[in-house]
Amino acid sequence: MARLTVSGLTKTFGAFRALDDVSLDVADGEFVAILGPSGCGKTTLLRQVAGFDQPDAGSIAIGDTVVSTRERAMPPEERRIGIVFQSYALWPHMSVADNVAYGLTVAGVREPERSKRVDAALSLVELAGFAARRPSQLSGGQRQRVALARCLVTEPSLVLLDEPLANLDVHLRAAMEREFARFHERAGTTMVYITHDQAEAMALADRIAVMDKGRVLQFAAPSVLYREPADATVAGFIGEGMVVPATVAAVAGGTCDVDLFGHRATMRCSARTTPGPALVCLRASALSVAPEGTGALRMRVTGTIYQGGHFRVEGMIGADPGVALHFTVPEPCALASGSLVDLAVSDGWVIPGRAS
Amino acid sequence: MADVAGPRGRFEDTALLWALTGVVALLSIVPLARLILEALMPGGAFSLGVIGRVLSSGTTWSATGHSLVVAIGGTLLATVIGSAVALAVTLTDVRARNLFVFVFVMPLMLAPQVVALAWIQMAGPSSPLLGALGLAPPLGSRNPLYSPGGIVLVLGVQYAPLVFLTLRAGLRAMPQELIEAARAGGARPLAVVRDIVVPLMTPPLLAGVALCFVSCLGNFGIPALLGIPTNYLVLPTLIYQRLAGLGPGTLSEIAVLSVLIGSIAMIGIIAQDFLLARRDFRTVAATAEARSVALRRWRLPVEIALWTLMLFTLVLPLSALAMTSLVPAIGVPLNASTATLEGYRFVLFAHDAARRAFANSFGMSAAAALMIVMIAVPFAYFGVWRRTRALRVMSLFTEAPYALPGVVLAIAAILLFLKPLPIFGFSLYNTIWIILFCYVARFLALGLRPIVSGYHQLDRTLEEASQIAGARLFRRLRTVILPLVAPAAAAGALLIFLTAFNELTVSALLWSTGAETLGVVFFSFQQGGDSNYASALGMLTIGVSVSLMLATLVFADRLPRGVLPWRD
Ligand SMILES: Nc1ncnc2c1ncn2[C@@H]1O[C@H](COP(=O)(O)OP(=O)(O)OP(=O)(O)O)[C@@H](O)[C@H]1O
Ligand SMILES: [Mg+2]
Repeated sequence: MARLTVSGLTKTFGAFRALDDVSLDVADGEFVAILGPSGCGKTTLLRQVAGFDQPDAGSIAIGDTVVSTRERAMPPEERRIGIVFQSYALWPHMSVADNVAYGLTVAGVREPERSKRVDAALSLVELAGFAARRPSQLSGGQRQRVALARCLVTEPSLVLLDEPLANLDVHLRAAMEREFARFHERAGTTMVYITHDQAEAMALADRIAVMDKGRVLQFAAPSVLYREPADATVAGFIGEGMVVPATVAAVAGGTCDVDLFGHRATMRCSARTTPGPALVCLRASALSVAPEGTGALRMRVTGTIYQGGHFRVEGMIGADPGVALHFTVPEPCALASGSLVDLAVSDGWVIPGRAS
Repeated sequence: MADVAGPRGRFEDTALLWALTGVVALLSIVPLARLILEALMPGGAFSLGVIGRVLSSGTTWSATGHSLVVAIGGTLLATVIGSAVALAVTLTDVRARNLFVFVFVMPLMLAPQVVALAWIQMAGPSSPLLGALGLAPPLGSRNPLYSPGGIVLVLGVQYAPLVFLTLRAGLRAMPQELIEAARAGGARPLAVVRDIVVPLMTPPLLAGVALCFVSCLGNFGIPALLGIPTNYLVLPTLIYQRLAGLGPGTLSEIAVLSVLIGSIAMIGIIAQDFLLARRDFRTVAATAEARSVALRRWRLPVEIALWTLMLFTLVLPLSALAMTSLVPAIGVPLNASTATLEGYRFVLFAHDAARRAFANSFGMSAAAALMIVMIAVPFAYFGVWRRTRALRVMSLFTEAPYALPGVVLAIAAILLFLKPLPIFGFSLYNTIWIILFCYVARFLALGLRPIVSGYHQLDRTLEEASQIAGARLFRRLRTVILPLVAPAAAAGALLIFLTAFNELTVSALLWSTGAETLGVVFFSFQQGGDSNYASALGMLTIGVSVSLMLATLVFADRLPRGVLPWRD
């Protein structure tokens, strides 16, 4: 019922394209994260879905109903969705219980049913004893939970969350992340979760849409994003991938031979890959120091950073200025700045499309 | 897939929008259009005859001349006082600043005619104050304030706070680094004022001057009390006398006079707009806090000078008024054995018109405040949050009835409501409703401003959250928006109440038996020679105003900054 279909959505502010031909298809009950750097248009997309703004082109459908086009839009109050706002947006003049009860009152739910559902929602977010408080008497994490309870109490079939954890400290974030996951499992609601924290997105989402400059670059499951990034931007953004120019030699099924600065390595690739110049994505975990004399990929070390139990080693390969690489070695580490080291490459992904 | 969902829920929005547009047009555009129509087409046919007759009359030009003399004189005096005080209070480290600002701005919230009477009582031959000191001029001699100079003096003191507020807001918005850089470069304090402060502050100062000029020009109470006894007429008092003497039969001529004073005022309004891009510092003040220059050994002298100014311009006149309110009859010296509360008893309980006036003024001021809040809250919602273009344009028109002299609106209302209403078949003229209409029209801008700044300071996601919860417009207005803007709306309502409660200009032209206001009754006491009753009534209105101003300090922390002029 609560599929969300966004097709060809474009929104401009003056001459600036905040959303550029965005298409997404979110299945019923799916947990989708929208991931992207600040200013890439995440909130703008959410506001179109909620109906606060109208797109300049394209359409949005919730379930089987088209709710937004350039010409007509269903007002937000009729869309029956839930939103958790980044700023919480709790009404300061109402108690916690009244905040949560509001949507039920609007929907005409009567006492005692209303109180029962408010109590249930508050105990779900572990705030049962806080019903009479004002939002100003709560901590940041508690406010966030009230906002969540307020959004969930009406049991919307589509819930939008705009960076709901951005204002919380690290420990609370982890706890709230688990809470979201548990809630999603139990309620089976379709959720669209906006964040610029990829760890959060990876931990929670069934699929992630990576956005940049108003466009969706890739929309796939977290492990696909990590293992098979669709372009260089995604590769660099997700998991600090290193994008390196190379030449594809021979392609065989899902793997190919790649020439990497004169070093020969076997990498994964898509079925459509053809021999020729390409960009490959390397992960730090696929790089290791090769035994003396065997390796051919020679790196000049430019610095090491201690990260507790291991060092992150940064360096350059190729002729000046070269390409930056990094990997980790366990303690102790004998690599000094300026020294040379031979690297073994155990894995890599050939980014689809020609290197430009 | 099903068709695009229709805009069902938008019906409420559209209906409210149209209703607001209609109401505000009726309050602001229609009366002024009717007035201009009458000036150009007296009695319905285009003719320049009336205009020619009015413009060739000597009385017109002498009143215009007088108006310009007292308005310019009053403005100059207000500028000197207001800017000196603004510099001292804003840029230096004088103590008790909040108290001083409260006291200095107070006259602005009092009725001008009451302030004028206070001055008369302080300076005249029957002054109980001077009498007690043995300094009173001989009985029978003329009060020195019954003169153009007297009008200029009282106008200047009354409106100095306008210049003060404008300039103070400008000074606070001025980047402090500019002054510090000059000091660091070795400039002495006076050189800083001359080279940095004065050039930068010229636009806000001139805007304050223009605003002050418009207020002096439109003031009725002060020239009525100080000018009419010697037949020194200005345009508002001339219009008043024409209407009182001849009745509405000569409305066309009066309409031309109103357009004349309105046109002169427009010069000031346009100048002010041009200089400040539509900011009015009566209710909008900057928020930055300027750090102040240490005066060291000059601090005490400056403080003494400031409070001495208050002593002579506020404390002494109001004391004289208080003393007059206690004498049994004019001319009787005041002492412990003669002092009596008879005047208060008389105006509160014995005098029919005064009793009615209390009910009328309280009721109409409260009703106007309430109605304006009910219009302004949704109006500003569309204008600020929804950015509805039509209403943003309309909000410019709401300023006109407030900025233009009160007589202009009053005459326009007479023209509009003299004939029976089309459908209802009765006339609002000579009823209380025409006064209420004018109050709502005139003070709408006064209520709109704090509410607009309230919306600007609120987070709109609070409304969006209720929208997502399924609430339609009217429910959102009632349950979320109104509670959130309530403090700003209360401030607006209070400004309206205070101003309407002390108002005379409009009601002097529109009152009728049964529809008296406190201003009107006060004025007729004074004109009938019953200064002690007028003083008692004046003291009572001052008591109400000051109590309300003090009461607001309780919830001032929850207000957008700068909406209450008397709170620093
Ligand atoms: N009403 C508006 N008018 C003009 N530009 C806007 C408006 N709203 C957003 N933008 C611009 O659109 C771009 C995308 O904004 P958006 O709020 O969607 O970013 P975001 O991805 O949510 O960023 P963040 O992670 O910082 O919240 C920004 O460059 C922003 O300046
Ligand atoms: Mg955002």
